[in-house]
Amino acid sequence: MPDKFDVIVVGAGPAGISCAYHLAKSGVNVILIERGEYPGSKNVMGGVLYRKMMDDIIPGFYKEAPLERPIVEQRFMMLDKESALTFGYKGLEWAEEPYNNFTVLRAKFDQWFASKAEAEGALLINETVVLECIVEDGRVIGVRTDRPDGEIYADVVVLADGVNSLLAKQLGFHKEFKPNEVALATMEILKLDKAIIEDRFNLEPNQGCTIEIFGDATKGILGTGFLYTNKDTLSIGVGTLLSGLIKHKIKPYELLEYVKNHPMIKPYIKGSEPQEYLAHLIPEGGYHSMPKIVGNGVIVVGDAAQLVNAIHREGSNMAMTSGILAAETILLAKMTGDYSENMLDHYRMKLMDSFVGKDLKKYKDATHHFDKFPQYFEKYIPLMNQAASQMFTVDGSSKKEKQNKIWKDIGSAGEKMKIARDLVRAWRVMK
Amino acid sequence: MLHVVACIKQVPDTKVAKLNPKTNTIDRASAPAILNPYDTHAVEEAVRLKKRYGGTVTVLTMGPPPAVKAIRRCVEIGADEGYMISDRAFAGADTLATSYALTKALHKISQIRPIDLIICGKMTIDGDTGQVGPGIARRLDIPPLTSVNKVVEIDKEGGSAVVHRKLEDGYEVVKSTLPCLLTVEKEINEVPYSPMPNLIKAARYQPTIWAVSDLEDVDRTQLGLKGSPTIVGSVWAPPKPQGGEILQGPVNSQVDQLMDILLQKKELFAVKGGAS
Ligand SMILES: Cc1cc2nc3c(=O)[nH]c(=O)nc-3n(C[C@H](O)[C@H](O)[C@H](O)COP(=O)(O)OP(=O)(O)OC[C@H]3O[C@@H](n4cnc5c(N)ncnc54)[C@H](O)[C@@H]3O)c2cc1C
Repeated sequence: MPDKFDVIVVGAGPAGISCAYHLAKSGVNVILIERGEYPGSKNVMGGVLYRKMMDDIIPGFYKEAPLERPIVEQRFMMLDKESALTFGYKGLEWAEEPYNNFTVLRAKFDQWFASKAEAEGALLINETVVLECIVEDGRVIGVRTDRPDGEIYADVVVLADGVNSLLAKQLGFHKEFKPNEVALATMEILKLDKAIIEDRFNLEPNQGCTIEIFGDATKGILGTGFLYTNKDTLSIGVGTLLSGLIKHKIKPYELLEYVKNHPMIKPYIKGSEPQEYLAHLIPEGGYHSMPKIVGNGVIVVGDAAQLVNAIHREGSNMAMTSGILAAETILLAKMTGDYSENMLDHYRMKLMDSFVGKDLKKYKDATHHFDKFPQYFEKYIPLMNQAASQMFTVDGSSKKEKQNKIWKDIGSAGEKMKIARDLVRAWRVMK
Repeated sequence: MLHVVACIKQVPDTKVAKLNPKTNTIDRASAPAILNPYDTHAVEEAVRLKKRYGGTVTVLTMGPPPAVKAIRRCVEIGADEGYMISDRAFAGADTLATSYALTKALHKISQIRPIDLIICGKMTIDGDTGQVGPGIARRLDIPPLTSVNKVVEIDKEGGSAVVHRKLEDGYEVVKSTLPCLLTVEKEINEVPYSPMPNLIKAARYQPTIWAVSDLEDVDRTQLGLKGSPTIVGSVWAPPKPQGGEILQGPVNSQVDQLMDILLQKKELFAVKGGAS
């Protein structure tokens, strides 16, 4: 007799673990299936963990979770070939409890988070791949795994299997990604002495810094680079839309090498030793690309539902919130014994009403816009660098003369109109 | 119906473990804890015998509370029951004290269900001694059969077991009385991908845990550090082999060259430490 559970959660990333945690805590018989050797073993993220959503799930988690550094400074770098325009904010209020955000290494964090779900009674099964959902009369009633005697059954299956969810695809919930709906990110974890990190990034022990890099980090292709401080490692990476890589015929690791060797970046990572190389997809299609996320007996959460805010590099937090909302919906469904699509649609409504849905909607055209008009990355960032260089170079000419020169350098009146139009457009998609 | 007990141990995965540069001991935090690889084959063999003859597979370990994970892994492979002895008094045990403590636990298990066969891994990958298995056999006064790479037959009625023992240049066929203790080579079997029901059972499984006070007739001076006469003089990491030479030419000439090199190394032929 195959085992029957209340809920099967596929995938132990932030979405799946949050969902399993919340269900188990509420006394639901839930099994969490992960294909990796342990949760997090295959997961990739820069990564900034947002305190708020995690704190909602496990209050005060930062007192015991394996975190790298609380982030006290966020910098933004507009990169040109041999210059960078940098701005940022550093606030010591972020160095104190309850903190703002943290850098994390997912291999450690996910494992810890999953152990918390286990402690609440969730059954974690590692090293097991879910091959497909078992569908009967148009309802998902369980999953088939790659194990011998591998079928298990449940009232609801939660698909938290991450970006490019094969399981949701098999159910016909979404189609193959288009190259402009998905980004490919590559990153490296670089080993560097703790004291050197603190020295180089102007940090006290137990303080961290994030640098988001725009412009030449991606050779003008739409995307971003990042450089984050961990305890005794740095995370450096770069992600671009697949369409950009194809168009410019660049291989992702070439781009990473380029960033690592960029004269504005290289000094930060000098003397570090590569420890790990990782690559992962990020769903960036946003609101317009959202697949179907509920069906009879099935709910899709996290990256599998393409819940990522590419503009603000938020994903793990949306994954967590969606996992919790799915769990709450399942608890509701359990009271009525009704697991139909109609009932579970409550999840979709809740989600679209939360910050997740609202932010996805707000930025629904942003990625598409910047993809369609490459001049922002290709042209305006270099222009900003030139302007800054002009303004801050002391060469005897008056500031007024400098302004005139900058204004002239931007180009003809037509060119200026075009930039003004682009700025308005950018404002519209971001506002 | 056979009752087979496998004695197992949780060890740091020495494939990834790092050495503490100061003490030259394994830095346990640097590696995940796994079921000793030889022991997975011991448990698998027990499970195969159960499938062949019917019966029960029990696993026994001595270790700190997290070693429960190793027992769960055994349940995934197909073990029915798990026992763990865990107590501060066991800490610091060498192979002598370990075999003493495990023997006491085996006595207690045999009161619950008489034991026909005990299987251990050939050795652990963190200690590499291979002494605990034979130590248990000696203390129980049953035959130890080491380096077993095949179990031909277990005849419970006739009270005998026939196994192959691996030798340097082949194997020997040995017949023993039952109960006896086997230590097994990795090649004895392949551990298959465990079935889902076992995984679910394992994830829920809580082994029976005994403290010293749960065991009978225990002489506490024989436990843990106190009961361990082993003295570790010093520990060092073996130097990485350096230099070397790749011989060229046809095989015959390579052999000749090699012989020349070896014969010139007088130190290889000197008798060390002998009376002159
Ligand atoms: C380079 C990079 C940097 C990022 N930086 C940030 C950041 O700084 N902050 C942020 O919030 N987000 C960031 N993100 C996004 C974030 O990583 C994701 O949004 C988040 O991990 C989504 O969580 P999830 O649980 O939905 O999916 P995942 O974390 O991908 O988890 C899915 C899990 O399912 C398992 N799985 C998949 N298929 C199966 C199957 N068939 N059977 C069993 N198990 C399966 C996988 O092994 C995995 O453990 C970044 C992403 C990348 C790639």
